[in-house]
Amino acid sequence: MAVRCVRCKHIMVPPRTICPKCRSSRVEWVQLGTKGKLVTYTVVHVSPPQFKHMAPYAVGIVDMEEGVKLPSIIRTSRLESLKIGMELEVDFSPKSQETSWPHWPRYFFKETG
Amino acid sequence: MRRPRRVKPLATIISAGLSKFGRREGVYARELFAEAALEAFHRVEELDPGKDIKAAFIGQMSEAYEHQAHDAPINASWAGLLPAPATRIENACASSGSALRAGIMAIKSGMYDIVLVGGVEKMTNQPTPEVTGILATASDYPFEQWNGMTFPGLFALMATVHMHEYGTTEEQMAAVAVKNHKNGALNPKAHMQKEVTLDEVMKSRMVAWPLKLYDCSLITDGASCLILTHPKLAKKLSDNFVHIIGSGQSQDTFCLHERDSLTTINAAKQAAQEAYKMADVKAKDIDVAEVHDCFTIAEIIACEDLGFCRPGQGGKFVESGASNIGGTIPINTSGGLKSKGHPVGATGTAQVHELYLQLTGQADRRQVADAEIALAHNLGGSGATGVVHILRSA
Repeated sequence: MAVRCVRCKHIMVPPRTICPKCRSSRVEWVQLGTKGKLVTYTVVHVSPPQFKHMAPYAVGIVDMEEGVKLPSIIRTSRLESLKIGMELEVDFSPKSQETSWPHWPRYFFKETG
Repeated sequence: MRRPRRVKPLATIISAGLSKFGRREGVYARELFAEAALEAFHRVEELDPGKDIKAAFIGQMSEAYEHQAHDAPINASWAGLLPAPATRIENACASSGSALRAGIMAIKSGMYDIVLVGGVEKMTNQPTPEVTGILATASDYPFEQWNGMTFPGLFALMATVHMHEYGTTEEQMAAVAVKNHKNGALNPKAHMQKEVTLDEVMKSRMVAWPLKLYDCSLITDGASCLILTHPKLAKKLSDNFVHIIGSGQSQDTFCLHERDSLTTINAAKQAAQEAYKMADVKAKDIDVAEVHDCFTIAEIIACEDLGFCRPGQGGKFVESGASNIGGTIPINTSGGLKSKGHPVGATGTAQVHELYLQLTGQADRRQVADAEIALAHNLGGSGATGVVHILRSA
């Protein structure tokens, strides 16, 4: 989910109550699609303690069809196959036991298909 | 050659002090700060610090390192500054660049005649994963930290795009490390006074691809400070003073993913434009610069943002040797954050400390011949804050 300004149509993630472009406070929730393209990525080897069990893991920025970008963990079994411009789709982890932090459902992106 | 018009200074630096940078076991931040302050006091014999210094602005990033907040009064009082008001300024890694601006405003407004600005961080009493976590608090909590992003990770995201769009190579990034370590080896206060080879950088262990261990600045303990006054009083107090002729600060979106471009740090670019305009100088007038090389890619982007080279050419610029001591514009003669070290809160004024030495001819084996105009470039977070100062020799 993202927030869109009713007045100037600017889409925002993180969601907020005042549009930073036109300062309108008329904003509405929009449901984003599931697909996006990888804008950039890295593979984190030295992680904060909360993510240590996952390292090395990929994080990146994904450009959604609606024209808003999301930061995300990219789940892939082949870290070397990551490429700028590749198609990704969103998925969700259940309330996670996998990471010690945070303890609630999270989105992530994975390769399509 | 066009000589810059001599604009009226905003404020004047009459002294500078720097603690030894490094892993300072058993030494608290307050002791590091007092060490830097004492060095600054010794340079100006005419000054009675406890009486003459009217206020202090001290940059410090996090209370998590030493479980200590409200630390400006501690640092200032350990340096013997009572009852002058002391205020902590926090802008992540740009904390003391911002503290310097607060000091300039205090002098320029006429509120105080003499102020001390500086910064300090004591980082090494925490293990590296904890330090990585504490530094990550300067990124967005729900959207960057929760997605497992780290500071090397955030700058790696910029590096990946820079490589993709401009063909910047890992070797060019490594060249920044080689140059800065070469300079740092000449600096007795630097954390790592050791040269490294391109091969050593390339073979160092991966931190956040494409950034390797030697692409990253150091986790360092250290403190820095400067004493500021107005230009007229400077002459009475010191023979070695340097004028601040431009000061710029700007900000960008806090999150990296909200920015239009990942190959430039717009906050630094805007800050530079403001400072250049104020100082009435251009990029080509700069004789020596200290830039925020928290990661090697950050120095490459900084050279482009500051106008030392064209966008996308930062990798080739460092490879050409233009930014070596003896090159057309020596960059990070101190060793930079890469080799001198990056005690985050201390970095902004530590950069200016080096430029003070350069412009007063006290930089010893790192001295840049005939340096008159100098620039300091300090970033906060992943570039949400950019601070640029321009100095002129007296």
